Amino acid sequence: MIEFRGVYKQFDDEVVLKDVSFRINPGETKIILGESGSGKSTILKLILGLIRPDSGEILIEGRDISGMTERQLVEIRCGIGMVFQEGALFDSLSVRENVGYRLTEEGQLSESEIEAEVLQQLGFVGLEEAIDKMPAELSGGMKRRVGIARALVGTPKIVLYDEPTAGLDPITKRTIVELMIKLRDTEGVTSIFVTHDLHAASIIATEYVVADKDGHIAFQQGGESLCLLNNNFIMLQNGSICFEGSYQEMMNSEVPYIRTFTS
Amino acid sequence: MENLLTRVLGFPFRFFIKAIFEIQSYTLLASRAIANLFSKPIYWREIILQMDRIGVGSLTIVVLTGFFTGAVLAIQSEGALRRYGAVSMTGQLVALTLIRELGPVLSALMLAGRIGSGIASELGSMVVSEQINAMRSLGTDPTRRLVTPRMIAMVIMLPMLTIICDTVGMIGGWIIASYKLLISSSQYWSDAFNAMQFSDLVGTLSKPLVFGFIISMTGCYVGLRTHGGTEGVGRSTTQAVVSSSILIITADFFLNNLLIYLSPMMNP
Repeated sequence: MIEFRGVYKQFDDEVVLKDVSFRINPGETKIILGESGSGKSTILKLILGLIRPDSGEILIEGRDISGMTERQLVEIRCGIGMVFQEGALFDSLSVRENVGYRLTEEGQLSESEIEAEVLQQLGFVGLEEAIDKMPAELSGGMKRRVGIARALVGTPKIVLYDEPTAGLDPITKRTIVELMIKLRDTEGVTSIFVTHDLHAASIIATEYVVADKDGHIAFQQGGESLCLLNNNFIMLQNGSICFEGSYQEMMNSEVPYIRTFTS
Repeated sequence: MENLLTRVLGFPFRFFIKAIFEIQSYTLLASRAIANLFSKPIYWREIILQMDRIGVGSLTIVVLTGFFTGAVLAIQSEGALRRYGAVSMTGQLVALTLIRELGPVLSALMLAGRIGSGIASELGSMVVSEQINAMRSLGTDPTRRLVTPRMIAMVIMLPMLTIICDTVGMIGGWIIASYKLLISSSQYWSDAFNAMQFSDLVGTLSKPLVFGFIISMTGCYVGLRTHGGTEGVGRSTTQAVVSSSILIITADFFLNNLLIYLSPMMNP
C-alpha cells in the first residue's frame, strides 16, 4: 500500500507538488497523467526516497519514509522496482550484469542462482538472446525491456514506471504496454504508471490477459475484469491533483484541462 | 530575514551564501567518501579498474611532460648558470626544481585535465541519464560505488606517476647536459643526488597525495551535481578542470610553506 498525505515539494522557487494526497491499494494500478513539468516523475522519486518532501507524509506498507535515513530507505527500495524513462541502464555493464545488479550487490545468492534469475526475467521480457550485449548495442525499445527485467529482479511488490513508452514507435510501445499488463495480471503487483501518453494508458485501462490451459496468453478487451476495475487515474495540473477516478469518468469529464488530454 | 539581507546586500551576499553551501556540500561528500573506507562493502574491482585507468592510462602524458620539462630546464638554466660559471650545477638545478615543484604540480595539472575531466563527464552523464538514480533505487550508495574507488585510486597512483615524472625529467635534463652542455654524466648525477634532502622527498610524495585527493573529489563533486542535460555535462567537465587546477596551485602554495616550516625538523 502506498499513501501520500498532504505532500509538498519545491525546487528553488518552483513549487512542484502542492498538497498531494492519494492512496494506492495492494494490486491496484494508478496511472498518473499530466503535462510535462506537472510533477509526475517527482511523485515516483518521492516514493523511492530519492528526494524528500518539504512537508507531508509518504507511507509505504504503512511506514512513513519521509524521515528515514538512506540506510533505512535501502530496505524499502528492495520491495520496489523502478523502470526509468530511457531505461537508465549502466553503460559500463552488460545486460546480464545490469539485470542481476541488485542480486550481485546483495551478495546473498551464488553466481548460478543469479544467472538463473537473470535468464528468467529476460525471458519474461523476451530478450534472452541479448544477455551478453552492452546497452550501447540495444535499441530504445530493448533498453526499456531490459529496464523492466532489471526492475523485476527480486519479485518486488511495487513497480513504478516513469514514461516507459515515451519516444517509441507504435509497435515497440505496444510491446512495452503488453509487458506491463502481463505483469499486472499474472504477478498481481501494485504499480504506478506515469505518462502523458493517453493511448498507452487507455490500453492498460481496457485490456487484460487471459491464459489458456497450456499457459499461452492472449489479450482481451473490455469487460468487468477485476484487474481493470483496479485501474485508477490521477491527473496533475501545476503540481496539484485536478482529477482522480476511473478511465470512463476521465473520458466523460468536461473539465477543459482534462479534455485537452482526452479529446 | 534572509530575503531582507539578500535585497540589501545583493550579489555579494548571494555569492557568499552559495560559496558556503558549496564548501559544505564538498566537505560532506569528501567526509562520506573517506568514511566509506572503514565499512563494507569496498569495491576492490572498481578500485583496480580505476588504478589502471588513472595510472597506466596516464603514463604516456606524464612521461612526455616530465622528459621535456627536464630538458627545457637544462637548456634554460644554461644561460643563467654560465654567467656565474656554474654550468656544472645543472644537475642540481634540474633535480631540485623537478622534485620540489614541477614534478608534483605538472603531473597533477596533467591529470586534472585528463582524469578530472573524465570523472566529471562520466558521473555527469550518469546523472543526466538517471543511472545514479537507478543505482540508488537498486540499493547502492553512489558515493561508495563511484566516489571512494576513484579517490583511493587517485591518491595511490598520482604519487607513483610523480616519481616517474621526476625520474624521466632528470633523464631529459641529463641528455641535454651531456650532449649540449658537455657536462659529464657522473657530475650531473652526483650533483643531482647530493642536492636532494629528505624534506624534498617528503614533499614530492606528500604533495601528490593532496593533489590526487583534490582532483578526484572535485571531479566527483562537480560530476554528481550536473544538471541541464548534455550541455550541463560539458559545463561540468570544464568546471572540474578549472576548479581542480586552481585548487592544486592554491594547495601547492600552502604545502610549500608547510614543508619549508617543517624542513629543519626533517633534515638532519
